[in-house]
Amino acid sequence: MKAIKNIGLILCFIGFAIFTGSIFTGKNKVSQKTFDTWAKQKVKSAFFIEKAQKEIVAIELSAFELSHRIREIAKASNTYHKSQKKIAWHKIIPLKWNKTSKDFIYPLVRASATGWPQQHPGLFFWITFGLAIFGGTIAFAADYKILGKAGIKNNGIFQHSATNRGPLGILAFLFFVGFYVVLYFFPNFLINPIAAVNPLSKSLSGNESSQWFLYGFMYCAVMSVFAIRMFIKYRHDNYQILRTAVVLFFQIAFAFLIPEILVAFNKPWFDFKNAFPLNYTFFFDWNIDNLLASGNMGIFMLVWGILLTVIIVPVMVYFYGKRWYCSWVCGCGGLAETLGDPYRQLSSKSLLSWKVERWLIHGVLGFAIIMTLITLYTYFAEIESWRKIAFGISVYDVQSSYGFLVGAIFSGVIGTGFYPILGNRVWCRFGCPLAAYMGFVQRFKSRFRITTNGGQCISCGNCATYCEQGIDVRSYAQKGENIVRSSCVGCGICAAVCPRGVLKLENGPEQGRINPTEILLGNNVDLMQYINRK
Amino acid sequence: MDHFVIIGNGIAGVTAARHIRKNSDVKITIISAENKYFFSRTALMYVYMGHLTFKHTQPYEDWFWKKNMIELKEGLVISINTTNKTLQFTDSTSINYDKLIIATGSKPHKFGWPGQDLKGVMGLYHKQDLEQLEKYAPNNKVCKRAVIVGGGLIGIELAEMLRSRNIPVTFLVREQSFWNGVLPAQESEMINKHILEHQIDLRLGVHLKEIKSDKNGQVSSIIIEETGEEIHCNVVGLTAGVTPNIDFIKASSIDTGRGVKVNRFLETNIENVYAIGDCAEQHEAIGQRRNIEAVWYTGRMMGETVAQTICGNKTAYKPGHWFNSAKFLDIEYQTYGWVFSERNKTENEGYFQWKHPKEAKCITISYDKKNHLFLGINTFGIRMRHKVFDKWLSEKKSIEFIMEHLADANFDPEFYKLHETAIVAKFNTEFNTNITLRKKSWKRIFSK
Repeated sequence: MKAIKNIGLILCFIGFAIFTGSIFTGKNKVSQKTFDTWAKQKVKSAFFIEKAQKEIVAIELSAFELSHRIREIAKASNTYHKSQKKIAWHKIIPLKWNKTSKDFIYPLVRASATGWPQQHPGLFFWITFGLAIFGGTIAFAADYKILGKAGIKNNGIFQHSATNRGPLGILAFLFFVGFYVVLYFFPNFLINPIAAVNPLSKSLSGNESSQWFLYGFMYCAVMSVFAIRMFIKYRHDNYQILRTAVVLFFQIAFAFLIPEILVAFNKPWFDFKNAFPLNYTFFFDWNIDNLLASGNMGIFMLVWGILLTVIIVPVMVYFYGKRWYCSWVCGCGGLAETLGDPYRQLSSKSLLSWKVERWLIHGVLGFAIIMTLITLYTYFAEIESWRKIAFGISVYDVQSSYGFLVGAIFSGVIGTGFYPILGNRVWCRFGCPLAAYMGFVQRFKSRFRITTNGGQCISCGNCATYCEQGIDVRSYAQKGENIVRSSCVGCGICAAVCPRGVLKLENGPEQGRINPTEILLGNNVDLMQYINRK
Repeated sequence: MDHFVIIGNGIAGVTAARHIRKNSDVKITIISAENKYFFSRTALMYVYMGHLTFKHTQPYEDWFWKKNMIELKEGLVISINTTNKTLQFTDSTSINYDKLIIATGSKPHKFGWPGQDLKGVMGLYHKQDLEQLEKYAPNNKVCKRAVIVGGGLIGIELAEMLRSRNIPVTFLVREQSFWNGVLPAQESEMINKHILEHQIDLRLGVHLKEIKSDKNGQVSSIIIEETGEEIHCNVVGLTAGVTPNIDFIKASSIDTGRGVKVNRFLETNIENVYAIGDCAEQHEAIGQRRNIEAVWYTGRMMGETVAQTICGNKTAYKPGHWFNSAKFLDIEYQTYGWVFSERNKTENEGYFQWKHPKEAKCITISYDKKNHLFLGINTFGIRMRHKVFDKWLSEKKSIEFIMEHLADANFDPEFYKLHETAIVAKFNTEFNTNITLRKKSWKRIFSK
C-alpha cells in the first residue's frame, strides 16, 4: 500500500512539475492579423505600432521574450510621446505591475501562442492535470488501508514538515503564493495550462478558455482530490462526509458548470450561490447594466442576488448558523475544508489574533458597504464611475483598490497562499465581509450553538488546536459553557477530535443557548449563585 | 495582605487559584516543580503522538497569570512547617503562607518490582515522563519493543502512543480481561478485541516478575511471572495506577493516610491547611465514590469548592452524581451513575445490555432489580448528554423511563446513525414491555 501511495505521489508530482515547467516553455509567433486585431483594441500610438511591427510581428519568441518586448516597446513609445511638445495623453500606455501584464500583454500572448501545448491541448491536459489528479487520487485512496481502522487520524501532524511550517510547508506556501500572483497579475505566463483546458471550455461555453476558466477548473479538481482525502480520513463521521460532498457539489455545479452553461446560452456568467458582499461586484454599475440587458433571466439574477443577501442568508443563519454557507456551500470554504484541511491546526488561537481578526474582518465589511453605497449613489445619480467625486477619488478608484487589495491580495494571495503558514480559512477568518455579516446574525440571533457536554471536558486542547477559525474552543468547553462565537463556521472538527464526546454542533431553542458560566454538572454547589450574590 | 500558597499547578490547584482570585484580592502563589505554566496532563499523550505541541496543552496564555496577579514559583517543596507556616524548598529557600492548599496530585504506582528504577522504565504522568519517553522511544529503531505493565486507562493510552510511532507493544494485564474490575464482561471483551486489532500484543492474566538490565543499566527485557517467558524490550511502561504524591508531607503534623486526610470542607487537621485533587483523601467516602479520586473533574470541583471556603463562604465538597469518560484507542467511553462490573456489583443490580452487531458500539444500563430504578449507564461508541442523565439520576427515574426517552440523551454528532430504536426493541423483548421510543424533545432537555 505504501508503494501505491508513493507511485501516486510521484505521478502527482510529475503532473505538477510539467505544469510548472510549462510556464518556461512554448513558442509564440504573432501573425499580422492577430497583431492588427489586438493593436486596434489596445493601442493608439502609431510609434508603438511601427516599432512593434518590426520587433514582434512574425518572429518566433518565447512568452517571456514577447512579454518583455511589448513592455519595452510601450516604455519607448511612452518616452517618445512624453518628449513631444504637446503630449497626446491618450497615446500613453498605462504601465502598472499589477495591470499591464493581464490587461495589455496577456491577450496578445494568448492569441499568438504556437507551442506544442497549443497544438496538442488534449495530450498536454493529460500529462499535467490528468497525471496530477490520477496520482493524487490513488495516493489518498491508499490511505484507506495505510491509516488503519476508522477514527481520528492526526498522528504525526506536528512532527511532519508539511503540516508544521517545516521546509515542505514553506515550499507549499511559496508555490501557492506564486501561483496566485501569476494567476492574478501575470496570466501571460499561464498560456500553456490555459490551452490545456481550452477543449473543455469550448465544449462547455463555446468560448476560448481564460485564466479564470483555468482557475475554476483547477479549483474543482483540487477540491475533488482532497475531498477523497476527507472521505477517507473522516469515514467514521457522517457529518464530515455529507458536508464535504455537498460543498464539492456546490463548487462544481454552481461555481463552475452552471455559469459556463449559462454563457453557452448567451446569458451572463452567474454564480447563484455567491452572495453579496462576498460577491463584491454584484452592485457595480457594469454588472447591473449587464444583468438588466439580459432579459428576464438577468432580472431574475438581479432579484435573486438581492434576496439571497437580504433574506435567505440571515434566515438560514438563524436556523442553522453560518455553517450552512461557510462549510456547506461556499467555494472559499470548500477549498479551505479540502485543500486546507491539512493546515487547520496552524491557525493562531491567541487573544491578540482574535483582536486583529475583529478589526480586519469588520474593516473589510465596512469597506465593502461604503464602496457599494457610493457605487449605487453614482449609479442612480448617473455620475460616470471614472469622475472624481470627493478627495480626488472616483468610484472607479475605490472599486479597483478594493478589487486589488481585498479581491486579489487578501482573498487570493494571502487567503489561500498562506494556508501552510497561518492555517486554512485565513480569508474566511480575517477578511470575508459576508462571514462578518453572518457572524452578527449567528452571534445575536440564531439557533445554532456548539453545546458543551456538562463536566466531561479534560482541557486537552484538541478542539482548540484543530479549530481552523482560531477559536479557543477549550476555554469555553472547560467551563461547561456553550460556544456561540460569531466566527464559528461549523466545520464540526472540534466535535470530531474531542476524545471525550464533549462537543456537539446543534440547532436548538434560543433559550438556553448561551448558558451561564461556572456551573459544572455534577458539582452540586451552585457557584453561580455565589458569584451573583457578590 | 494575606498570602495564599498553593503547592501544585495541576487542574485542582489552578482552579482553586482562579476562583480565589474571583473572590478576593489576596496574594496568591502557585508552586510547581514540574512546569512553570499549567498544562493539561491528560493531553501529554497527544504531544507524543504529534496531534498537539506542548504549548497547545496549556489552557491559558502566558500573560494570563500576571494579569490575574497569580504568582508562579518554580521549585520543589521538601517540608512544611505548620507552626511557623513556612515551606522549605530543595534549594534551602523558604516562603511563608497564611493559608496553604496542598494540590500535589499523584505519582505512578510501583509495586517494588526488581529493576523498576532502571533507565527506560517510566510511568506516564508527569511532563518529565513524556521527555523520558521521547528519549527512550523516539521511534521503532531506538525502541524495538516496549512492554506496558498494568491494564488501566493510562496503560492503554501509552500503548496507543507507542503504536502511533509503529513501536511493537506487549501489554501485560493482570486481569483475565482488560479492566474487568470496572467494566462489565461485554465491554471488557470488546476492548480486548479492539486492542488486538491495533496490533498490540495483549497478554491477559499475567504478572511482571522482574525487569532485567543491560550492562549500561538500561532495560533489556522483562520476565513474566506465570510463564517465565522473557520478552526483550527497550522501554517498560509502569501504568498500574497512581498514588498520592505526598511523601514530603509525611514528616509534618498534617494528618495523612494514603493521601492527605480531609473533611468534607477539604480542611486538613491543621487550621488553614487544605488539600484538594488527587492527593486528598476523604475521611469517609462520598456516596459510592472512592476516598481518593484521581479524576480530572473532581480536581476541578475541589478547586472551586475550596476557593469558596477559603474566601469565607464555607462550602462542602459535593461532587454530585458520578460520571466519567475515556477513550480506548478509537472507542469512546462515557459513564453516568454507577455501573459495576460483574465482579463488583451487588445482588440486586441488574444489567440491560445492547451491542451493535458489527461496529464497536455497546451500552450497559444498570438498574435495581427490585424497583427498576435506573442506577447508571456505560456507553461505548455512542455519546450521551451529561445534563440529561444527571437530571434522570436526581429524579430517580426508572429504567423504563430511560428507554422511552433515550433519544433525549443522545449526543452524537449530527447525521450519525442512531441506535435507540434497536436498543428499545431489544429491551422490549427482554423485559416483556411495550415501550415506544419518544422523539427527541428540546423542551424536556431544557426543563429544569
